[in-house]
Amino acid sequence: MANTRGKSFIGRFGVHIAVLIFVAIWTIPTLGILVTSLRDKDQITVSGWWTALTSSTQTVAGRLPGASAQVERDGTFVIEGNIFESGSGQVGAFGTRVQAPTQYAAGETAELNDGVTMQLNEDGSFVLTSPQAFEGDRGQRVYYSVLQPPSFTTENYNTVLFSEGIGRSFLNSLTVTVPATVIPILIAAFAAYALAWMRFPGRALLIAAIIGLLVVPLQMSLIPLLKLYNGVGAFFGVPAKTYLGIWLAHTGFGLPFAIYLLRSYIAGLPREIMESARIDGASDFEIFVKIVLPLSFPVLASFAIFQFLWVWNDLLVAMVFLGSGSDQLVLTGKLNALLGSRGGDWEILATSAFVTIIVPLIVFFSLQRYFVRGLLAGSVKGG
Amino acid sequence: MAHVVLTDLVKTYGTFKAVNNVSLRVEDGEFVALVGPSGCGKTTTLNLVAGLVPLTSGDITIGDRIVNDIDPKDRDIAMVFQNYALYPQKSVYKNLAFPLQMRKLPRDEIDLKVKEAARVLDMTHLLERKPRELSGGQQQRVALGRALVRDPAVFLMDEPLSNLDAKLRVQMRSEIKRFHQDLKATIIYVTHDQLEAVTMADKMAVMNGGFLQQYDSPATVFANPVNMFVASFIGSPAMSLVPLEVSTNNGDTALSGTEGWSMALSPLNARKVQNSTSKKVVLGARHSTIKLHKHVIAGGIPAKVYTVEPTGDVTFVQALLSGATVNISVPPTVSVAPDETVWLEFDQQRIHLFDGETEMALSAA
Repeated sequence: MANTRGKSFIGRFGVHIAVLIFVAIWTIPTLGILVTSLRDKDQITVSGWWTALTSSTQTVAGRLPGASAQVERDGTFVIEGNIFESGSGQVGAFGTRVQAPTQYAAGETAELNDGVTMQLNEDGSFVLTSPQAFEGDRGQRVYYSVLQPPSFTTENYNTVLFSEGIGRSFLNSLTVTVPATVIPILIAAFAAYALAWMRFPGRALLIAAIIGLLVVPLQMSLIPLLKLYNGVGAFFGVPAKTYLGIWLAHTGFGLPFAIYLLRSYIAGLPREIMESARIDGASDFEIFVKIVLPLSFPVLASFAIFQFLWVWNDLLVAMVFLGSGSDQLVLTGKLNALLGSRGGDWEILATSAFVTIIVPLIVFFSLQRYFVRGLLAGSVKGG
Repeated sequence: MAHVVLTDLVKTYGTFKAVNNVSLRVEDGEFVALVGPSGCGKTTTLNLVAGLVPLTSGDITIGDRIVNDIDPKDRDIAMVFQNYALYPQKSVYKNLAFPLQMRKLPRDEIDLKVKEAARVLDMTHLLERKPRELSGGQQQRVALGRALVRDPAVFLMDEPLSNLDAKLRVQMRSEIKRFHQDLKATIIYVTHDQLEAVTMADKMAVMNGGFLQQYDSPATVFANPVNMFVASFIGSPAMSLVPLEVSTNNGDTALSGTEGWSMALSPLNARKVQNSTSKKVVLGARHSTIKLHKHVIAGGIPAKVYTVEPTGDVTFVQALLSGATVNISVPPTVSVAPDETVWLEFDQQRIHLFDGETEMALSAA
């Protein structure tokens, strides 16, 4: 490899270590959300996601059976049984007072008052002995710590997708995002070709205006845009909050950057290819469709990623242009709502968060080579 | 095939005149090279003929049609570009088929023509490849093929060989020449390399600063350059140009250098100088027409050797004469050292005389 030449081993090693550290810093939170979303909701509350593969201990309070279960044996009264009703589990330690719930290790014999002894084994079986007969229906109070083996479940996803409404919001987000990505690409590609290769009066002015629009803050234009849209909508008898509205809004906000990015790439395509196509008999439309579009695929993909991520993660525009009913609430809005109503339920939040990021992750990983190439758009000659 | 006539072609960019009153006629089946240094307007002229650049004024006739306002695609031309301009995402086959598809030819006819062109250019085995999988020479051949399938009235070629390495360039040069001979095609060929123009073209149009300087066969341009620019541009090494003063020697017209020597002229050359009103004359001589003597001879002009460049079969000697450098080729057996004084003998039949002020060749008439 040419790029390894002239670099010392230590230099390369350092670079790799640095890259590794960055990768770790970037991916650990995502991994944490994924692991958390797959864990049992009780385990989430007692231990962090990084302990997911080791057993966790949980202190449980229980009560042994009452006097009715006792049998007399050689003059002592004995109560036997298993505290795990299902019959499986692992006891780490136990105690009889809430202040010291893990006073005795499993298998030890605890001396209680009045000569009563108690033994609780690892497998949950217990023996309670007493020189006198037990009385009363309320059995001995016992606290014990249970070692829970790691357990993973997809139950959280079931809950979140089907009963918390995230599934519906997911579809809403897709409904917003896909057209809001495709429409600006379609418009911008045509505009970019025209601005790069067709001669018409006012072209330079138009390009300058588009560059100028790049720096208009979205927040500033929201209200005027909404008023305009409502006015136009009222004129045509269209309700105020529709998907069409948010598509148009995202298209409008995305177009300046789209045209700018695509134009700089398309302008960098070799002039001779266009001229050759013109002499070969192609019209501007044919040149665009048959020559420029196939060559521009990397930059189209790169813009698609930008726009998709931006629209998918958008909350502000969605809050302004869409309603908050379940048929219009997008994922970001839903997450926001969940934070308020289910703020303590980490399994719901982590799972919802992971559902939210999964689509951007897929989009990014499937198109990332174009993304990197597209970032270099304009600096590398096409073809 | 068709002839091409350019009449008073002008192209201005703002106040800059890129092409200035260029008129020339390319006969049917003729290979014409437009040659000149960078920025001389040769490529702009070609683009005007192609219709890629709008014309400021003048007329372009292809065949019997004035094509000033006709779209490039309707001018019945094909163009080969310096960087080939192949469509990178299309296979060779589709590259060749593209111009035919654009003309809505039936599919089987396209197939026939593409295969025929591939056969002529010996690249049938490359048809399924993409341009990036081809060598420079192969790409050039595909570009040529794409022009060929169209069967156009005129081929326009814009420095098609300058992106190739030296060896391939020589090879493609003869291929294009062969291509012209076989097809009897009308070709307008732009190059900055005078050697390409001289070796390939039937006629060459030497351009400089937007003006057409001389338009004639390579042999004529070489033997009778009309002015100092053409004289110095055509031929390698360049023709030596020595500025001299007109003087009289015993009543005969002669030329004298700043070192004080004077050169007698043949009657024809003397008449040329007498016809000129200028007192300054520039003497032009190609390296092969100057004889170098190591000893004084009658009529020899003394000069000081500046550098000696042996190339193997010929050694180039540069000598200082009247403030200019003179190139002389001598056999490698002659040994000359820098700073040595030598005597130069000019062949009166083959020297060129230019007016020192207008830079035009002096005429005897």
